[in-house]
Amino acid sequence: MLTNQMVQILVFVILTIMTLGGGLGVVSSRNLFHSALFLVLSLVGVVGYYALLDAGFLAVVQLLIYVGAIAVLILFAIMLSRGLMARRQHQRNEQWWIAALVVLLVFVVLLVVLGQVDWPVADEQALLSPNVSVGQLGQVLLGPYMIPFEVISVLLLAALVGAIILARET
Amino acid sequence: MGIPLYWWLAVAAALFCLGLYGALSRKNAIGVLLGIELMLNAVNINLVVFWRYITPQALTGQIFAMFVIGIAAAEAAAGLAIIIAAYRQRDTVVVDELDMMHW
Amino acid sequence: MEATISWLTTLIPQLPVPTARLIVYVVYSAILAFAAPVVLVVAYTYMERKVLARLQDRIGPNRAGPLGILQGLADAVKMLTKEDITPAKADRIVFNLAPMLAVVAAVLVFAVLPVAPGVIGTDLKVGILYVVAIGGLGELAALMAGWSSNNKFALIGAFRTVAQLVSYEIPIVLAIITVVLASGSMQLGAIVAAQDVPFLFTLPVAFLIFFVASIAEIGRCPFDLLEAESEIVAGFHTEYSGMKFAMFFIGEYMHLFSAAGIATALFLGGWRGPGAGEASILGVLLGFVYFLAKTTLLVFVMMWVRGTLFRIRIDHLLDFGWKFLVPVALFLLVAVAFVLKVPVLNSPTFRWLGMLAANGVVILVSLALVVLAARHSRSAALRGVAGVDG
Repeated sequence: MLTNQMVQILVFVILTIMTLGGGLGVVSSRNLFHSALFLVLSLVGVVGYYALLDAGFLAVVQLLIYVGAIAVLILFAIMLSRGLMARRQHQRNEQWWIAALVVLLVFVVLLVVLGQVDWPVADEQALLSPNVSVGQLGQVLLGPYMIPFEVISVLLLAALVGAIILARET
Repeated sequence: MGIPLYWWLAVAAALFCLGLYGALSRKNAIGVLLGIELMLNAVNINLVVFWRYITPQALTGQIFAMFVIGIAAAEAAAGLAIIIAAYRQRDTVVVDELDMMHW
Repeated sequence: MEATISWLTTLIPQLPVPTARLIVYVVYSAILAFAAPVVLVVAYTYMERKVLARLQDRIGPNRAGPLGILQGLADAVKMLTKEDITPAKADRIVFNLAPMLAVVAAVLVFAVLPVAPGVIGTDLKVGILYVVAIGGLGELAALMAGWSSNNKFALIGAFRTVAQLVSYEIPIVLAIITVVLASGSMQLGAIVAAQDVPFLFTLPVAFLIFFVASIAEIGRCPFDLLEAESEIVAGFHTEYSGMKFAMFFIGEYMHLFSAAGIATALFLGGWRGPGAGEASILGVLLGFVYFLAKTTLLVFVMMWVRGTLFRIRIDHLLDFGWKFLVPVALFLLVAVAFVLKVPVLNSPTFRWLGMLAANGVVILVSLALVVLAARHSRSAALRGVAGVDG
């Protein structure tokens, strides 16, 4: 019989294949449209991660904003500049191998450093019951985090207006 | 939680590095943007993982992740608008060729 | 669901509860994912053909089977035996993935649809937000189909689809938030439970906004710009034939059903009705019948609208969404939030009356503003809308 832990690990592995495979597709695909679709795959994997981490609300928000809005927006932009995208051109610049080297180095350093830190993981009891409800999130957003929340709203409004002004035909 | 914390951090680090590589090596501005989105997602995974493993009773991790998602939305909108405007004016979205400020 | 699980464990005593739960959920999802689409598509295509025919003073299908009820099956057989073509210059993988994604996106909504008392795939705490989020996958499918077909009509169709769906998502979300405010929950089960008086009667304007925007969201006439035959052949699925076209078709009809089902759950009280309840098998079945009847009624209205109205122009469509539906929905949200916070209205009846009054005020003021704007406008079109002479 499958134990709970085995199921979790299985789900984690599948999601990791989705996320990292998608990420690999994003950076290696020659067709930009495919890149964006791989990004969607990767983002859906992250949705699964959030669900696995008991952050259901965040998972849905991620699906709504990343997949439903940002990915669609990016695909839309790619389609708008279709003439350019269809042209088969080199997608990598001349420094790609330096970039790869640096990134590999960063990755190795990160792995080593992350392994050496003694993370103050919470005790078993607390781990079993993550105590965050949607209602609480709402209360906190409009309570202690009121000002950041409003700043984000203003930022989004500014981005909205700015995007319209930049992209409109003159 | 059956999954060790280190696995999560390793996955997030890998995703971040992939995104970094994409942002550094792509010629196309939209490709750079895709890489940045990957990096933001890796950061977000980390935030949620730390919330879940280290402070599961506090709300800060999730709130912060939400702010990051909001900023990512604003960034994508503004970034794509800039790319489309550049495409209109210069007929290119290759980053190296967008050198109006270049002496 | 829980009742079925305990019934199963009493039937076979040695069955452990988790296994019974697994069996029940697997069976339920199999019904939702395989049986429901087929039944729905066959039933609704038949209904649509008959209704449209009656509205146009025709008889409609009457050859296959008695009264033509086998017409849907005949259509299905025809569709499946057609040649499956992938255009030579198409982006093969994406081209084949798109129809699957369209069906998957439509099926996923069923997971949170409360079809009968106690029968719901999973009553997510953020159920209604999930429904909205899944809508994004449908857009993605249209985009993928439009791009990969390598056909300019398909591409234009995909552009239109995204412009339309993204625009009409906003009034839908605002109308949903109004309901969430009034019921105090995003859980579909709790929203149904909160409707002692269906929100149709207390929030009629929200219902209208939701319903109109839903029609646009599923791309039906008068908002079927996505596949306007006279302009862009068949929109994003121009290049599709045979099985793959059938999948888009199935997705469309399931989307129709799920949109009507969500509207039923949000505004018509879901499965609620006299005699329906979780206590007995009869009550559950009765609840299912109520749900189906209400949903089919909404579907019928959509078909009626399709048979009556003409297709509107794309710029009118976007104007209507952004300049009328969004502001009205926004003001409605503020008005309802205000009413719910007024301390005098603490009994349910007063709250309902207050919400109704808020709805009335918002719609009257907004219509008055439109008429006023039309009076002062030189635009003949706008004057025509308001019925102002000249």
